[in-house]
Amino acid sequence: MSAPARKLERGRVGEAVRRADGIPKTTGEFAYASDLQAAGMLWGHTVRSPHAHARVGEIDISEAVTMPGVHAVLTHADVPGTKLYGLEYADQPVLAFDRVRYYGEPVALVAAEHPEQARRAAEKVRVEYEPLEPVVDMERALEQDELHPDRPTHEPDHYRDDPRANVVRSILIRHGDPDTEGDVVVTGEYELGIQDQAFLGPESGLAVPDGDGGVDIYVATQWLHVDRAQVAPCLDLPPEQVRIHLAGVGGAFGGREDLSMQIHGALLALHTNRPVKIVYTREESFVGHVHRHPARIRMEHRANRDGKLVCVHARVLLDGGAYASSSTAVVTNASSFACGPYAVANALVDATVVYTNNPPCGAMRGFGAVQVCFAHEAQMDKLAAALELDPVELRLRNALAPGDVMPNGQKVTGSLPVADVIRRCAELTVPEPEPLPRDSLRLPGGSGNVTRGEGVKRGVGFALGFKNLCYSHGFDDYCAARVRLFAGADGALAAEVHCAAAEVGQGVVGVITQVARTELELDDVTLAPGTTSTVDSAGSASASRMTWMVSGAVAEACRAARGELGARGGTLAPGEEIDVEKVYRHPQTWPLDPETGQVTGERAHVAFICSAMRAVVEVDTDLGLTRAVWIGTAQDVGRAVNPQAVLGQIEGGTAQGLGLALMEEIQTRDGLITNASFTDYLIPTTLDMPPVDAVLVEEPEPDAPYGAKGVGEPPTVVATAAVAAALRDATGRDLTRVPVRPDDLIGL
Amino acid sequence: MDVLTPRTLDEALRLRAETADAWPIQGGTDVMVELNFDRARPRVVLNLNEVAELRGFARENGTLRLGAGLTYTECRRELGETLPALAEAARTVGSPQIQNRGTIGGNLGTASPAGDALPPLLVEEAEVELAGPAGRRTLPLEEFLVGPKQNALAEDELIVAVHVRPSGARQTFMKVGPRNAMVIAVASLALAVDRERGEIRAAYGSAGPVPRLVRAPLDEADGFPDRVAEAASPIDDVRGTAAYRRHALRVLTARALERCAA
Ligand SMILES: Cc1cc2nc3c(=O)[nH]c(=O)nc-3n(C[C@H](O)[C@H](O)[C@H](O)COP(=O)(O)OP(=O)(O)OC[C@H]3O[C@@H](n4cnc5c(N)ncnc54)[C@H](O)[C@@H]3O)c2cc1C
Repeated sequence: MSAPARKLERGRVGEAVRRADGIPKTTGEFAYASDLQAAGMLWGHTVRSPHAHARVGEIDISEAVTMPGVHAVLTHADVPGTKLYGLEYADQPVLAFDRVRYYGEPVALVAAEHPEQARRAAEKVRVEYEPLEPVVDMERALEQDELHPDRPTHEPDHYRDDPRANVVRSILIRHGDPDTEGDVVVTGEYELGIQDQAFLGPESGLAVPDGDGGVDIYVATQWLHVDRAQVAPCLDLPPEQVRIHLAGVGGAFGGREDLSMQIHGALLALHTNRPVKIVYTREESFVGHVHRHPARIRMEHRANRDGKLVCVHARVLLDGGAYASSSTAVVTNASSFACGPYAVANALVDATVVYTNNPPCGAMRGFGAVQVCFAHEAQMDKLAAALELDPVELRLRNALAPGDVMPNGQKVTGSLPVADVIRRCAELTVPEPEPLPRDSLRLPGGSGNVTRGEGVKRGVGFALGFKNLCYSHGFDDYCAARVRLFAGADGALAAEVHCAAAEVGQGVVGVITQVARTELELDDVTLAPGTTSTVDSAGSASASRMTWMVSGAVAEACRAARGELGARGGTLAPGEEIDVEKVYRHPQTWPLDPETGQVTGERAHVAFICSAMRAVVEVDTDLGLTRAVWIGTAQDVGRAVNPQAVLGQIEGGTAQGLGLALMEEIQTRDGLITNASFTDYLIPTTLDMPPVDAVLVEEPEPDAPYGAKGVGEPPTVVATAAVAAALRDATGRDLTRVPVRPDDLIGL
Repeated sequence: MDVLTPRTLDEALRLRAETADAWPIQGGTDVMVELNFDRARPRVVLNLNEVAELRGFARENGTLRLGAGLTYTECRRELGETLPALAEAARTVGSPQIQNRGTIGGNLGTASPAGDALPPLLVEEAEVELAGPAGRRTLPLEEFLVGPKQNALAEDELIVAVHVRPSGARQTFMKVGPRNAMVIAVASLALAVDRERGEIRAAYGSAGPVPRLVRAPLDEADGFPDRVAEAASPIDDVRGTAAYRRHALRVLTARALERCAA
């Protein structure tokens, strides 16, 4: 295998390759999960709680079952297996019993011939509710009645034992001497609202009974095998009898890590012995998945006159909502990154996530790092002002680097070019202000035509962010890939790759085929559909881990197949095949000591990624409206497997971070969501999103296959902070809460 | 659900009178949202898209007759000279797709406090032509709008057209929303400085139960921003606060006056 690399038509690792799903998605031909069909299919519908907190009494289905077209109405009594499930801690009822803890919680299920019949019957399910006072304030939750009989903190083997009420998990990190004083001290309190993933494809899937008691579930999800691990026990089936297949995913961003319709669809399908499809409406989608944790953060930064940070205190409070979801991991991340990508010898980090009756929160792009980045970057700007130092210079003086020890005790190893991304971003040329007059579309307020330049001030902000790659804290994470190498009818070699990695729009399908083509030196590579039935787990399309993990697994499987091919003389006869499956594991991580918050082994996190961003905005300072003018960014990518896809991730991720800065917020009143639609949950349009100048900083990660790092999250982590900084520069206001409202920008 | 598709206005009116619970549909950009959100399940839908009399606009000795089926795209492209504020408002509506489908008649039918076509038409003192079994009647837009999402249309009537005598006054439309496109107005304002009649007319949207007209003599321009802000009766809701809405109206009025003064 030492011959010079053959030229491949379809692109190998490092080349810009067009997405296979790009044109079908643009033209509307791509089949999403909501397009699934099966002969004899019924439609499922979920009866949901109208209360944020209530005791559940009698559930009367007698009228509903007699409604036209109805085949089944199910409640918690019909769940044959375990009644609770959860990603990391099983506390969420498949269907509510005793209590409902959030607005929109599933209480019963209906299957009918037509979706309309299912909805009408759902209205006839009579549930006796006794409303209870909802716990809606994350601070007060610590003293109110417990919402759950058991909680993760009651498992002191894994989690710090925290006696306060409603604590899902708390982390206390003591690093160096937290009493260390500095010449200059800045403090601040920050708040973030609830952001939604706002994927365009609502939750949907199709469950098909196999006639032998098992079920096939076709669903838009992020991790097929972990779905199966949660679904099977609730159905009281062995895992082999539950096969999960990936259906077209219309965006995920963390919001499809938790289950939505999987168990429900399967229950209805097994009960009726008919295929059952469930598609959430938009309103249901907003209550049907977890959101980004809202946060209240208090920070104190102490530094010396020379601009060196000497001590940071951070208190982070996250509202996890009604169920644990991945809160236990989000809060750990928030604690890990609370001090930012800065070297600081002393720190005290106190991070807590609580249960409330607010919408459940869990995974979303950035995963705990977004919230703290907004706070630590505001602090760094405050510190720069107090020290009369250039904000970029201050960041350079404190930039974290390999060899430094993080507050959780982990020594940074591998690649982390923080200073480099700062410099490369700072070097980008900021565009000159555009002359007036201009089309209103190029002014704050856009198509609203509110200004011709009156009240408009320009602001420039700079921010730096970082987070981890892959799963952390001792999680035994792995990815499997299987390669079939065979000879076609003409004797030419071809390969089929099996990998259960979820294509959620990030482009992992392209990565898998690029890696396989590179390793096999073969153009003719096809990727089989993602499923639990032909290959082991690929792990989650989360934590910016998929590129790293599939690259490792696919490369290993390909190399094994090539080794075998060599042993067989380099050719295969028609009909002959080589079939190998390999499992790849990233370097091991260790949990934190529950008491000290210090890592108990070499690393808590596998590796890190960082990104710097400069944002230019114009603010109409009379009306509080904004136009984002330009974004420049330098991102640490290790090595770009597909530079075009990387740029796509940077632009999309930036838009999501900008959305949180300017407009994206799930609003609630007493735990009830008041804007569950795209009419009132606003996400950026093309007029809100500026052009992005992106520099890819390529410093290969020694532990990663091809040196490639994941790239999906850093732009989201840093963009909120960068845009907020620019808004502060334009208005001279503190702006301690995102999304920043027009009222905040004008000081109303 | 039955869909009735008349070819002429007469036929449409007959069907409307015969089928009391039929829902007229033109562009469908409001009706389809109601259906999609499961807020309504009309038994019958009266599809007006094939009725030629409702389409387009015509000049009739000094007045303009805007068909109920006139789209925002048509307003934007063809009425920029004669009804500039309406054309500007049309440009702020939704997205190009919505502008292609959405109509003036539909905006009147919905009668939302946030309807973007309404303030510019109020400022131009538009009249609404309705037709029913008893014949045609015309009433000022101000009287047509009776409450939030309520209008003076009778169960058996259709909106046929809007009549405007273009004032020729300098005028503009502005809309405030926290996003730069595709946003429901948090507050909006149309304003005309009518030198011929010596008055300023402004109409606000999203700042009270109905869009409302406020007038003042030309020489009271200075106090006009406050006057508009005080005339409004905004509320706090998920889209914005009452205080912000009032503030925004003040700013918009001052800016609009300046724009229309030159
Ligand atoms: C994505 C999106 C964005 C939008 N953005 C905006 C915006 O920015 N500004 C804004 O003002 N609106 C907006 N709308 C709302 C809508 O587009 C407008 O109200 C539009 O004017 C409705 O016109 P239509 O022809 O589509 O009405 P339809 O939906 O067909 O009808 C609306 C109502 O009017 C009645 N009706 C229609 N024609 C007649 C008639 N001839 N006689 C009697 N009754 C009739 C219908 O029965 C119905 O009650 C938006 C809608 C969507 C979906």
